[in-house]
Amino acid sequence: MKLPSALRITLYIWMGIGLAILYIPLLLIVLNSFNSSRTFGFPPTGFTIEWWQRAVSSSGALSALGTSVLAGVCAMLIALALGTMAAFAVQRYTFFGRTTISFLVVLPITLPGIVTGIALNATFVQVLGPFGVALGLATVIIGHATFCIVIVYNNVQARLRRMGTSLEEASSDLGANGWQSFWRVTFPGVRGALVAGAVLAFALSFDEIVVTTFTAGPAIQTLPLWIFSNLFRPNQAPVVNVVAAVLAVAAVVPVWLAQRFSGDSTTSRV
Amino acid sequence: MAADQGLAPTRSSSYLSTRPKARLALLLSVPLLWLVVMYLGSIVVMLVSAFWTVDSFTGAVVQTFTLDNIVRLFTDPLYGTVALRTILVAVGVTLIDVVIAVPMALFISKVASPRARVALLVAVTTPLWASYLVKAYAWRILLAPNGPLAFVTGGNTPGYGLPATVITLAYLWLPYMIIPVYAGFDRVSDSLVEASFDLGAGAWRTVRSITLPLVFPAIAAGSIFTFSLTLGDYIAVGIVGGKTQLLANLIYGQLVTANNQPFAAALSLIPLAAIILYLFAMRRTGALENV
Repeated sequence: MKLPSALRITLYIWMGIGLAILYIPLLLIVLNSFNSSRTFGFPPTGFTIEWWQRAVSSSGALSALGTSVLAGVCAMLIALALGTMAAFAVQRYTFFGRTTISFLVVLPITLPGIVTGIALNATFVQVLGPFGVALGLATVIIGHATFCIVIVYNNVQARLRRMGTSLEEASSDLGANGWQSFWRVTFPGVRGALVAGAVLAFALSFDEIVVTTFTAGPAIQTLPLWIFSNLFRPNQAPVVNVVAAVLAVAAVVPVWLAQRFSGDSTTSRV
Repeated sequence: MAADQGLAPTRSSSYLSTRPKARLALLLSVPLLWLVVMYLGSIVVMLVSAFWTVDSFTGAVVQTFTLDNIVRLFTDPLYGTVALRTILVAVGVTLIDVVIAVPMALFISKVASPRARVALLVAVTTPLWASYLVKAYAWRILLAPNGPLAFVTGGNTPGYGLPATVITLAYLWLPYMIIPVYAGFDRVSDSLVEASFDLGAGAWRTVRSITLPLVFPAIAAGSIFTFSLTLGDYIAVGIVGGKTQLLANLIYGQLVTANNQPFAAALSLIPLAAIILYLFAMRRTGALENV
């Protein structure tokens, strides 16, 4: 579109500054993990890979990573099932209260994380506690699944809307039964959205800390909880820096996968 | 459609394919059970527990109705001060993000070529997936007394405290503002803008009178995220805020340190009420359709 050149130039500069703001902190994290100074001052005094070697054998970080992966996979599977069901219901049926479903699904990420955390904590400890429920990994997974549903829901729902129903109708007209239509027409159509939703739900769970803090038992340490508890310990700083660098770079993985499978990574989290 | 007919396709499929209402009920039941019973139920438990108290000897929660917590919220000036500070921080973070995000979104939508647009959208969303803690930690390093910012400016950094908290939170939530505003600009037809220029309006006048009113619901939608995420944050404050306390710090302290679950729940009513009021205010702008 034709915009006045002064405005165009201003926008170019602004975009450049904006991208710099977004990426400089992340680059700094990566740079810092190779800083040979133990106090991590700036500018770095030298280059070292010693911290990386130490991080690989840090048992605390590795076992926290395992917990995070397990919680993320379980939360993702629950969110995948619930989000897909809700998306099909909203996109393929009309019923009373249909618009409320979208609101209900978005609510867990709209409310401040601490509200969700305190609410789930109150329920698990005060109400379900007397029935033998204790904070542990399962309660973390339940909390994570609750706010991951929206990601799967958004992805699948957007895809169903774009697909329309004409292909499914054509399939029925040509004699396919409901199961055949679903398996041969609808499912291949939404497969990409399912993969993208699953990947992004996992990534969201993997990164979560506030709800995790209030739903995890004392024995459970996810990777974010491990980082946070070691952030202010000077002797752990080198390992924390390496873990941080890995996570900063790993951000491209979910984006790349989502882009590849659904062709649209931007509508998924926001 | 019949996502749930794994093992006995023939019988259940003939039952379900002739009964759309049964299929719908099946599809809705589990998600609704989870979100209404589990999630909304938990919120209700939190609301109720705000009126409970703690036995001062045993530290056990006593499930009898009392208004003590609510009275304490309104009488102890600490909570009013911190609540006001938190809301001001949330407003400040939102405004900073609007100022940074709107020109970026305008650029992506109206200046960048279609190819560059996809690349830029990926570029602004990727930092969202970099760990939240890592990004807050990056600002701790940036603002450190011997850090890069001190090196570049010769020691003139805000240090750790309230300004650092606002900067870090604005950084953390920036993509949440860019994406909805980009989508908002994308819906503004180019011809409207061109017509405005053809009729003699300058760039500023066009932005102010044509584009901004049309993208306002999108900005409002982005602000729901920046506002709500700020209200619930205590981690970033803990990392770069020095001794600064926001509401979520107090809530965390009550639950974990003071072991007073009912009062933590009572304190949580403040961010909950703030975001509900905010959602109602934003609903009139059409923001909720843009989330």
